[in-house]
Amino acid sequence: MSGYLSDIVTGGKSLITGLAITAREFFRPVVTEQYPWEVPTMTPLFRGHIELIANEETGEPNCVVCGMCQRACPSVCISLDGKKNESGKGKVLTRYILDFTKCSLCGSCVESCNFNALRFSKDYNLASFDKNDFIMDLMKRLEEQNRCKH
Amino acid sequence: METSIWRALLYLVGIMAFAGVNAAWLGWCERKGAARIQRRIGPCEAGFAGLMQPLADGLKLLSKQLLVPQGVDGIIFRVAPVLAMIPAITSMAVIPFSENIGARAMELSVLLLFALASIGMIAVLLGGWASGNKYAIISAARGVSQNLAYEIPMLLTVITVVLISGSMNLREIALSQQGGFWHWNIFRLENGHFLTMWISFIIFFICSVAETNRAPFDMAEAESELVAGFMTEYGSMGFGLFMMGEYLNIVVGACLTATLFLGGWDCPFGLTPGVWWFLLKIYILIFTFIWVRWTYPRTQIYRLLNLSWKILIPFSLANLLVTAALIKVF
Amino acid sequence: MTVPVRLRQDETFVLNLGPQHPATHGVLRVKLTMDGEYVVKAEPVLGYIHRMHEKMAENGTFAQFFPNTARMDYLHALAFNHGWALVVEKAAGIEVPERAEYIRVITVELNRIASHLLWWAAFLLDLGGFTPLLYAFDDREKIIDLLERVTGSRLTYSYMRFGGVCNDIDDEFIAGTRDFIKQLRSRMPRLYHDLVTHNIILIKRIKDIGLVSAEQCRRYGATGPVARGSGIDYDIRKNEPYSVYPEFDFDIPVFDEGDSMARYMVRMHEMEQSMRIIEQALDKLPGGPVMGKAPKVLKPEAGYYYSAVETARGSLGHRLVCNGDKNPFKLKLRSPTFSNLSLFGEVAEGMLLADALAFMGSLDLVIPEIDR
Repeated sequence: MSGYLSDIVTGGKSLITGLAITAREFFRPVVTEQYPWEVPTMTPLFRGHIELIANEETGEPNCVVCGMCQRACPSVCISLDGKKNESGKGKVLTRYILDFTKCSLCGSCVESCNFNALRFSKDYNLASFDKNDFIMDLMKRLEEQNRCKH
Repeated sequence: METSIWRALLYLVGIMAFAGVNAAWLGWCERKGAARIQRRIGPCEAGFAGLMQPLADGLKLLSKQLLVPQGVDGIIFRVAPVLAMIPAITSMAVIPFSENIGARAMELSVLLLFALASIGMIAVLLGGWASGNKYAIISAARGVSQNLAYEIPMLLTVITVVLISGSMNLREIALSQQGGFWHWNIFRLENGHFLTMWISFIIFFICSVAETNRAPFDMAEAESELVAGFMTEYGSMGFGLFMMGEYLNIVVGACLTATLFLGGWDCPFGLTPGVWWFLLKIYILIFTFIWVRWTYPRTQIYRLLNLSWKILIPFSLANLLVTAALIKVF
Repeated sequence: MTVPVRLRQDETFVLNLGPQHPATHGVLRVKLTMDGEYVVKAEPVLGYIHRMHEKMAENGTFAQFFPNTARMDYLHALAFNHGWALVVEKAAGIEVPERAEYIRVITVELNRIASHLLWWAAFLLDLGGFTPLLYAFDDREKIIDLLERVTGSRLTYSYMRFGGVCNDIDDEFIAGTRDFIKQLRSRMPRLYHDLVTHNIILIKRIKDIGLVSAEQCRRYGATGPVARGSGIDYDIRKNEPYSVYPEFDFDIPVFDEGDSMARYMVRMHEMEQSMRIIEQALDKLPGGPVMGKAPKVLKPEAGYYYSAVETARGSLGHRLVCNGDKNPFKLKLRSPTFSNLSLFGEVAEGMLLADALAFMGSLDLVIPEIDR
């Protein structure tokens, strides 16, 4: 019988405390970041999809078509092609396709590149109705970036 | 003027309008209130501060297909949502909004209200059973046992109010509480009733939360256990009607609490009574319903029934005895 | 509340807590044979999200398995990263610098707090309290923002490498973590304990529900907070220490009752202990490199290797079989939730449906980890 009454008293007190807490939270400011009008800034290490890094003067990609990124990728997303460099040794990049539908943003490609040719972009709001929009042509992206710089 | 056709039509339109506006915009209040308690914004896009949201929701519900699954009992399935709305709207015919505003002041209005509440309970049962879905049947059974268990303490506490006021007419009960908050039934500073009336108020409030199937007593529509309970198979306006019926039941519960315990249309300091005070009181009570819902988790079905049979009924019986004794003595 | 007599076929019905259900955290199907509201038999059916991670390990090199580890238990992904890094470092004999070990511990413990916060939120959502979800996610958002500064991802981290971690932490991260710990400590007594833990409705709902004895835990191999809630005092971080855990001073909360309340309290105390570990690690953080020497193409010696780490759900084991090649020959993961879930079939008999769901919530299930 004593447990019955003490239960009611402590129970009632805990219920009133709960109501007081939610009442206090009712008057505190909202923590929502209202997305389309307040845009977050991405931190420097944020992993968006990868993009090619261009040489400062020439605007050409640093890539020498060694294929390390293609071999390091666990999801077989990268396909690249190059042709022989006419003026000098080595290869020149002609095509770099990233299949972003399979990419898991692990970073193996960026880390395995010895020539500073790849980095993470800061693109986060990618949305489309067409799957082919995510088969990204990184050389075209580099050209547009170069054009916007000048 | 009591029997004029114009008066009847005016009240008909007025009550339907009041019910419609409340059913729709209470959804907005609930979502905004819940959002602020959870420190987020709630509806804000549709119209200024989201006020057009209920219209958008209504439009969406109307434009969906009313799916009737195979194997359900055709007539009962279609009738159940309508049956959930009817008692709620009809109850508003006897509620006194103010001294001069009140559709009918019947001698037995309290009894009428409880009779209509039972019809609401039947609607839940029919909706769940007619769906032919196991989740729905379980939830309907829970709903019936819960409603039954909580009607009893509710009636017992209302009897104490009736004993004090001497009448079952809601208008008379409200009239006997006029003149400032010290006359209100919840305080009742004369004859020593202040000892017992606040207990009656608390028990009545808990029972109304349980009767309207609101959390923490929402066993019938326990979202995470039974998907949507007895409403699982209802789409479009069937669901819409159940939801509106639930909100209207809350309004009727708040109106009843305000009339029985808080003095109806009376001003707390006895100055200028009017319908505005009544509306203020019911909206404060409705906000408390919303506040309680978003604070507590759900109880268990047997704890719920324990609360009613083992705690609320003994207390309300004791309360009734003490009130009757006090009336006899003083 | 046990079922007293044998029931005929037509007195029970089968309720399918299907793969799509708001209360099963992931795609778990449970076939419940019910008598009214009582559960007569419970049979979990698994395999709806089997994605063959262990086979994928055999197809790629060792380093290519890191993204897979994060996707198995997405709530404590860094611990899975850590387990894989440990077993391969054991196999190939790679040394990890001090600073990298400390950073690993700090990030794993932050992730553990995030995982327990989400468990708390989801558990209360199952029980019908919708508000604590938002309060817990407010704190969890801060952790995820901190970890995003360092790793670049919010949920599926592929942050550890053989020999260390791939990015270093900066002063903003350290200041942010200290801030976060202070904030969580000030919010906990009010928003977590006053609002929920001491609430009479919650206490009545989870006390004495789902009693699991220590002997049952041993039979099914349950580990982690489930076992510690039944009185078994075993934590991989103390009993089979790895990394730099021996340097920190922290307690292992153990409760004896074995009901859902005990498991709940174990996890709440674990959050506090994790905060202690993080503070001590931040104070003692040494300088130095964050990557040790690891060969580009890893070819460990042939053999059988096993290592275990403590995740938020229990003891995760990796058993690696190498045969000198650059791909693993076979990988077997010992998933903690799989063993925890097997308790459900036995303990749920005779319970009410809502109690069975509360018990399932207190076990902290993450289904992709079971099915791998």
